[in-house]
Amino acid sequence: MKKIVLFVLIMVMLITIGTTGCNSSSKVTLNVYNWGEYIDKDTIKMFEKEFDIKVNYKTFTTNEDMYVKITSGNAKYDVLFPSDYMIERLIEEDLLYKLNMENIPNSKFIADEFTSPLYDPSNEYSVPYMWGTVGILYNKKMVTDVVDSWDILWNEKYSQQILMQDSQRDSLMVGLLKLGYSMNTTSEDEINQAKQLLIDQRPLVLGYVVDEVRDKMVNEEAALAVVWSGEAMIAKAENPDLEYVIPKEGSNIWVDAMVIPENSENKEAAELFINFMTRTDIALMNAEWVGYNTPQTQAYIQLEPDVKNDKSAYPDQSVIDTLEFFVYDKKATELFNKAWTEIIAD
Amino acid sequence: MGKKSYGSPYFVWMSIFIIVPMFLVLYYAFTIQTDQGMVFSLDNIKRIAEPLYIKVFVRSLVLALESTAICLLIAYPAAMILADKKFSKSTTFLVMIVLPMWMNFLLRTYSWLSLLENNGLINKLVISLGFERMQLMYNEGAVVLGMVYNFLPFMILPIYSVLVKIDNNVIEAARDLGCTSFGVFKKITVPLSLPGVLSGITMVFMPAISTFIISRLLSGGKVSLIGNVIEQQFLVLGDWGFGSALSLVLMVFILISMAFINKGSSGYEGGIL
Repeated sequence: MKKIVLFVLIMVMLITIGTTGCNSSSKVTLNVYNWGEYIDKDTIKMFEKEFDIKVNYKTFTTNEDMYVKITSGNAKYDVLFPSDYMIERLIEEDLLYKLNMENIPNSKFIADEFTSPLYDPSNEYSVPYMWGTVGILYNKKMVTDVVDSWDILWNEKYSQQILMQDSQRDSLMVGLLKLGYSMNTTSEDEINQAKQLLIDQRPLVLGYVVDEVRDKMVNEEAALAVVWSGEAMIAKAENPDLEYVIPKEGSNIWVDAMVIPENSENKEAAELFINFMTRTDIALMNAEWVGYNTPQTQAYIQLEPDVKNDKSAYPDQSVIDTLEFFVYDKKATELFNKAWTEIIAD
Repeated sequence: MGKKSYGSPYFVWMSIFIIVPMFLVLYYAFTIQTDQGMVFSLDNIKRIAEPLYIKVFVRSLVLALESTAICLLIAYPAAMILADKKFSKSTTFLVMIVLPMWMNFLLRTYSWLSLLENNGLINKLVISLGFERMQLMYNEGAVVLGMVYNFLPFMILPIYSVLVKIDNNVIEAARDLGCTSFGVFKKITVPLSLPGVLSGITMVFMPAISTFIISRLLSGGKVSLIGNVIEQQFLVLGDWGFGSALSLVLMVFILISMAFINKGSSGYEGGIL
């Protein structure tokens, strides 16, 4: 008798496990791969609720580690948020799906200057999510000199008070621009000079960080840091002694856009997600939460005036003219990889 | 069906998760990607001979040896106190040594950050007492501290378990025959505890030479150990060939040191391998 009861109980358990398993697998799961600290998580919950789609949200730290993850592993993602030059690389390597823009009607709200960008000239693969610049975040109490040039990052007065980016293109760009070269150079000699400059700088540098930079600057661990503009905006709001500057030698302007990998199995749901993220209220929520600039015109209009009019976030056209996008080049990427390994290992 | 068949699940496990990956590492280390596919090449191995990477290897070795030595210096007396029969609180102390290991080691390392930072708790205290701010982080010292902190239990526990098993009669006999307490320590305790010491050294040295997250966090990315370079090759640059070559050399490094340790332990019961 006991055995029969046990048997029935086990069967009941197995059936319940089986059916609940079925329920969850019939619901679409969308794998989203985005930068760390780059979304208002409430918007994901809103999306899940509105469309009854489960979102499996994962984050990466740099374009390069995202690229390695999607190309070398079996991990399949449905929506990615790479930057311009990485999108160019993914398109070149046939890894992206051509979007059906009819499913993404909200893309009409994207500002003109971000449609048909250099990295996606026919505007078929990507929908911009955020844009921003790279510059120097500094603490006005700790830095007495005028900060308007990358040179200050080599000033021995600030030894052990400088934070650099642990991201190869961003850090090598600083070296290249200080030398007066293009950040998109393909010359081995120029890249090596920039590498040497950054190796010489190592004793002055406190650390090489990415996502930690904001907390460290807010806590006044360091006086100067190379940062992405959105990090600077959030940090400035938390510590009023901080200021963000785009150096006069120019800098990098970038766009992170949403794309769908060719091997995604949920392309329609992915397009739904991209459309949702481009909707005015959602784009506004995200822009306010992450602190970066929104390319969505309607959301931009609704931003708080002091955010919109902050010249360090949304610079004047004269400043934008000094900025450059990163461009992908296969040969140069190998040179950048090698240079960066040597800088970090030194 | 002999007793040997009981080992087969372990054998299958080992082949899938140890042997196969090892061969993959070997394969990637000795091949490079060309237009004709993967071809045999020594380029990756040759690249390691560049002074830069030698420097990284030496740095990793020195820091790992330093941490191991410090662990031993702290752990041996600690284990002796714990193993002392007159010491009644040894269970409590053992639990206190093991307890932190129940917490994730990343979390514990992160909490060192808030202690050691320039504006961290220690510096706040130091400044409030009227002293100068000290730079405790972002250097090799902090990395060694992190390793010692994380790996110390792996040194204490094996030494303790050997010491606690030493027959008290042996020690009493030595004392009866007129040996001094230092003589007892030198001639009896140390030789009998050697197997524990050696396995402690291995268990600290191996993770210390291959760690990357402790150096990454506590030096703010400034002190690159071989683990950091390997991690970067795999996760950021996607250069599996060079990453594998470095891993291979690291394995050889560890094998050589193990051989050294085992040579030292032969003649005593219970070696490490």
